[in-house]
Amino acid sequence: MTDLDDYGRRARAWLESGAAGVPADPDLAASRAFMAKLHDAGYSGITWPPEYGGQGLGAAEERAFQQAAREHPLPVGVFGIGLGMCGPTLLSIGTEEQKRRHLRPLLRGEEIWCQMFSEPGAGSDVASLQTRAVFDGDAWVLTGQKVWTSVARQADYGLLIARTDPDVPKHQGITMFVVDMHDPGVTVRPLRDMTGVSHFNEVFFDDVRIAPDQVVGEVNGGWSAAVTTLLHERVSIGMGTSRTERPASFAALSAAARDRGLLDDPVARDELVGLYLRERAFDLLNARMSQEVKAGIQPGARGSVIKLLLAELTLEGADAASRILGPDAVAHDGPGTLAGALAWAPGMALGGGTNEIMRNIIGDRVLGLPREPQVDRTVPFRDLKVGTQAKEAGQ
Amino acid sequence: MRLILTDEQRDLAGSVRAFLAGTAPMARVRAVAESGEPYDRDVWTRTAGELGLAGLAVPEAHGGSGAGHAEVAVVMEELGAALTPSPYLASAVLAADLLVALGDEAAAETEDLLPGIASGTTVAAFAHPEPGAPLPSAERAGGGHVLDGRVPRLLNGADADLLLVVADLRGEAGGTAVFAVEAGASGLARHPLTTLDLTRPQARVELAGTPARLLGTPGAGTAAALARALDLASVAVAAGQLGGLRRCLDVIVEYAGLRVQFGRFVGSFQGVKHKLADMHCTLEQAESIVRYAAWTADESPEELPVAAALAQAFVGGAAFRVAKDHLLLHGGIGFTWEHDAHLYYKRAKGDELLLGPPRVHRARLAERLGL
Repeated sequence: MTDLDDYGRRARAWLESGAAGVPADPDLAASRAFMAKLHDAGYSGITWPPEYGGQGLGAAEERAFQQAAREHPLPVGVFGIGLGMCGPTLLSIGTEEQKRRHLRPLLRGEEIWCQMFSEPGAGSDVASLQTRAVFDGDAWVLTGQKVWTSVARQADYGLLIARTDPDVPKHQGITMFVVDMHDPGVTVRPLRDMTGVSHFNEVFFDDVRIAPDQVVGEVNGGWSAAVTTLLHERVSIGMGTSRTERPASFAALSAAARDRGLLDDPVARDELVGLYLRERAFDLLNARMSQEVKAGIQPGARGSVIKLLLAELTLEGADAASRILGPDAVAHDGPGTLAGALAWAPGMALGGGTNEIMRNIIGDRVLGLPREPQVDRTVPFRDLKVGTQAKEAGQ
Repeated sequence: MRLILTDEQRDLAGSVRAFLAGTAPMARVRAVAESGEPYDRDVWTRTAGELGLAGLAVPEAHGGSGAGHAEVAVVMEELGAALTPSPYLASAVLAADLLVALGDEAAAETEDLLPGIASGTTVAAFAHPEPGAPLPSAERAGGGHVLDGRVPRLLNGADADLLLVVADLRGEAGGTAVFAVEAGASGLARHPLTTLDLTRPQARVELAGTPARLLGTPGAGTAAALARALDLASVAVAAGQLGGLRRCLDVIVEYAGLRVQFGRFVGSFQGVKHKLADMHCTLEQAESIVRYAAWTADESPEELPVAAALAQAFVGGAAFRVAKDHLLLHGGIGFTWEHDAHLYYKRAKGDELLLGPPRVHRARLAERLGL
C-alpha cells in the first residue's frame, strides 16, 4: 500500500466517523462547527502552507480526500467560494498581513467569503465594470453595484474589483480589494432567479471606506488577479460533478420511462439513447481528464471544454426529459424535479462564463486561433460605451 | 479503466505515423485512389512485414504478436488520419478478429488460415451481414459445402485472397454458419462497386455452387464469435474515424490561421471560431469513447457490447460532421477535386455506414442498455 492509499484510507475512516450524521444542509452555526472539526482533523487546507493553517501537502492528497469525500456530502457549500477562489487568490498575491489575518479563519469556518466581480453592465465583459473606488488621501471610497453574488448574505468578507482609474484602457484601471461585508455602506438584496429561489444577490456600495492595506495585489493591477480567480471557478464548476446531481440523468429517465410503459415507443427509446450518448461522452471525457491530471498533464483552458459540455448536457438533459415524459414534466402535483431541472438548466450555461465565452476561450487558448480585433483595448475607459449605454444613447 | 495511452502505445502511434508520412503521403494516397489499384501494395507489404502490424491482435500461437485491441485501435487511428488505402481493416481486423473469435469452433481451420493473415501474405475479407438482410445459402455437397447467393458489399472483396462468408446452412443441424471461400473457387464472381470513398474498394460477391470450407457450425459458439467480431470491428472503425476527425480539425484550424478575408484571419471570426470550438469538443469526447471502448475490448469484455455500440453510435456521426464542417470552412477551395477535403469527407461518410447506418448502432445500443 502506498502512502497515498494510506492517506485516502485514513481520510475515509475519519469521514465515516467525523461526518456521520451531519446533514448536507445544516444551519450556519453547525456548518462553521463542522469546518472547525474538519480543520482540527487536518482535512481543511490540505495543500495550503502550514504557516497559514494549511497541511502543506500535495495535490495528490487533496484529490485522495476529495475522492473519499464523494460518498459523504459535507456541509461546506457556504465556504466554497472562500476556499476555492478567494483563499487561493490571497495565497498567491495577498500581503503577508492579509494571509495571516484571513487564511486560518477561512480554513476553520470562522470567516465566510464571497466574490464580487459581475455587474449589471459587465457580464461577459467583466473588465468594463463601473463600480468606482476613489482614494481620498486616507481611504478608498467605494460606490456602485455588483450582481450574481453567491453567499453575500452570509459573507463576512468579499473579494471585489473596482474601477480605480477611468483615464486608462479598461483592463489597466482596475484594483482588487477586500471588503468588509458588515460595513454599514454595504446593502445586500436577494436576487430571485428564474427557479423562484434566491441563489444569488445584488450588492450595493454606498461610500464604503476601505483602508489602503485592503488592496489585494497592485493598485490598478487587479485584472490579472481576477483572471486567475475566474480560472479557478471554471475548473471547479465543471470538474467532479457526479451523476447523482443530475435530475434528468439517463438512469433516472430510463427508469421513469419504463415505469410508464414508454419503452415500446421507438422514438422515446431513441431519445433515451441520445441522452445516454451525451451523458456517457461527458463522463468519459471527465474521467480521461482526471487521469491526465494524475499523469501530470494539466487541463489548462481545456477546463472550458468540460464547462461547455456540462452546460449543454444540462440543457439537453432537461429538454430530453420533457420530450420523453411529456406534459407530466411541466404540470404535476407537488414539487416537480423535472420542472425544477428545466428552470435551473439555463443557469449552467450562463454562470461562470456563457457558452459563447467558453467557445471563445477554446478557440483562442486551446486551438490557438487568431484573436478578434479588440476595439476596447487601447481606448481610455472613460470613452467606452458599456453595457446597454450604446442602445440607450441611440434612442 | 484506462483512458490515456501507455508510453508503448504512444511509441507505436509515433512509428506508424512516421512510416505513413514517409511512404504514403497524400500525393501517394491520391495516386492509388485514382488508379485501378485497390490499395498500395508496397505500403501494405511493409506494413505487414517491417512493422508487423497485420498480426497485431492475432495470438502468437497463430503467427501474430498477441498485442491488444487497444494497439489495433492506435494503428487504425493513424491509418484513418493518413487516409491510407490499405487492406488492414478488411484483413487484420474484420477477418482476423472473426477467425480468432471462432477459435475452438474451427481449431484446425484457424490454425491453417491465421498465419497467412497475420504475416500479411494472405489478404482476407469479411463483411458482417446487415440485420435482416437475406444470407447466401449453404448446402452439404460431397464431403464439403457449396454456397449460393450474394454478399452485397464486401470491403476489399474484389482483391482479397480469402473471403469469409456468413451463410444459412440448410438441412439438418442448420442455421447461421461461417465459411471460407478461396479467391479462385469455381462459381465465384466479384463485381467491383462504384464507391464514394475511393480509398476503400468494395465488391459485390456472387456465389453459384461455390465450394467453401465450414469454419463455424450453427450454434451459440458461432453466434457469440460473430457478435464479438462485430463489437471489435465497431471499436476499430471508431478508432479510424477518430484519426480522421482529428486530422480534419488540425487541418482546418491551421487554415483558419492562414486564410485572410475582410482584412482578418478567418479563424478570428466567431462564426468560424465557435464552430471550430464545437468540433474540438467533439474530438475530446470521441477520443474518450474510443479509448474506453478499446480498453473494454482487452480488459473488460462484459462492458464491450455496450461500449462498442456507443463507439459507433457516437463517433461515426461525429466524424462525419467534423469532416463536413472542415470541408465547408475551407470555402470554395474545399469543393475542388485538387483539395484533400473531399477525400476525408467521403471516407467519413463511407465509414459511418460501413457497419450499418446509425439507426442500427443506436438500436443495438438501446437493446444492450436494456431499453
